[in-house]
Amino acid sequence: MSDLNCSEFVELVTAFLDDALDADSERRFVDHLAQCEGCGRYLDQIRQTITTLGDLPADSLPTEARDVLLSAFRDRPS
Amino acid sequence: MQPLPPDEVLAARLRDRDEAAFTLLLDAWSNGMLRLARSFVSTNDSAAEVVQDTWLAVIQGIGKFEGRSSLKTWVYRILVNTAKRRGGREDRTVPWSSMWPTADDEGPTVDPTRFGGPDDRFPGHWLEFPAPWPSPEQQTLAGEVRAQVAAAVAQLPDRQRVVITLRDVEGYGSDEVCSMLEISAANQRVLLHRARAFVRGRLEEYFAAVGQHVESATGRVTS
Repeated sequence: MSDLNCSEFVELVTAFLDDALDADSERRFVDHLAQCEGCGRYLDQIRQTITTLGDLPADSLPTEARDVLLSAFRDRPS
Repeated sequence: MQPLPPDEVLAARLRDRDEAAFTLLLDAWSNGMLRLARSFVSTNDSAAEVVQDTWLAVIQGIGKFEGRSSLKTWVYRILVNTAKRRGGREDRTVPWSSMWPTADDEGPTVDPTRFGGPDDRFPGHWLEFPAPWPSPEQQTLAGEVRAQVAAAVAQLPDRQRVVITLRDVEGYGSDEVCSMLEISAANQRVLLHRARAFVRGRLEEYFAAVGQHVESATGRVTS
């Protein structure tokens, strides 16, 4: 089985992070990672991107909408 | 946030008109639902209306919940269908006919010119490694970085934006997202992968621009 190129490695990071690579592909991925500083950095940057995505602030439902829904629940026909 | 009771208990309490149970769900899930709705429609007001319409449909339809999926997945599917109808009325450029990847979602996610060509010494390998980023601890720019990421997400094609919102912003697992959107794991991964690569690319551009700015500022100080 041949070694991965960097251009192939970058297309596998999502499958790797989802633990969705078959055993052979995962071994080649990890072997490449162990040897390639550029790809290690790329994977770290994808992880950092994911972390930042998880830190995005949420909006909240406007109070009026919440009140409308609570009264709709209370008054719903049976 | 207090832990929610199990689904069958929740569903029974909703059917029995237990207002406390409804309030609990409304407050626990609405923020995440808003964010997901916002990935389908173009304004915050529309997103709030989608969430409101979804809850109204849940109130009316709770008798039909059979427990074949989790209650939350069932609610999110109603949200996705409501949002798609709404997005269609808003005349978006991409119609919500399908969550399937299209030609837009194929091809390399990193610019091929960054790797060696067939005649280079190391074909397919980085010509130049990606530049290092400031570590999260040293990011006095954290707020600006989040703004860049939010802007990048807003620029994604609809299908990619919905998937990355559910997976990375809301933190759902692959199985849950496939179930909510009724797509295969492979298709979901294609969309997520492109979306992440795009957002990383925007951050890379941003850090490069900020880095140059810092260097040139330092240059001015020392000269």
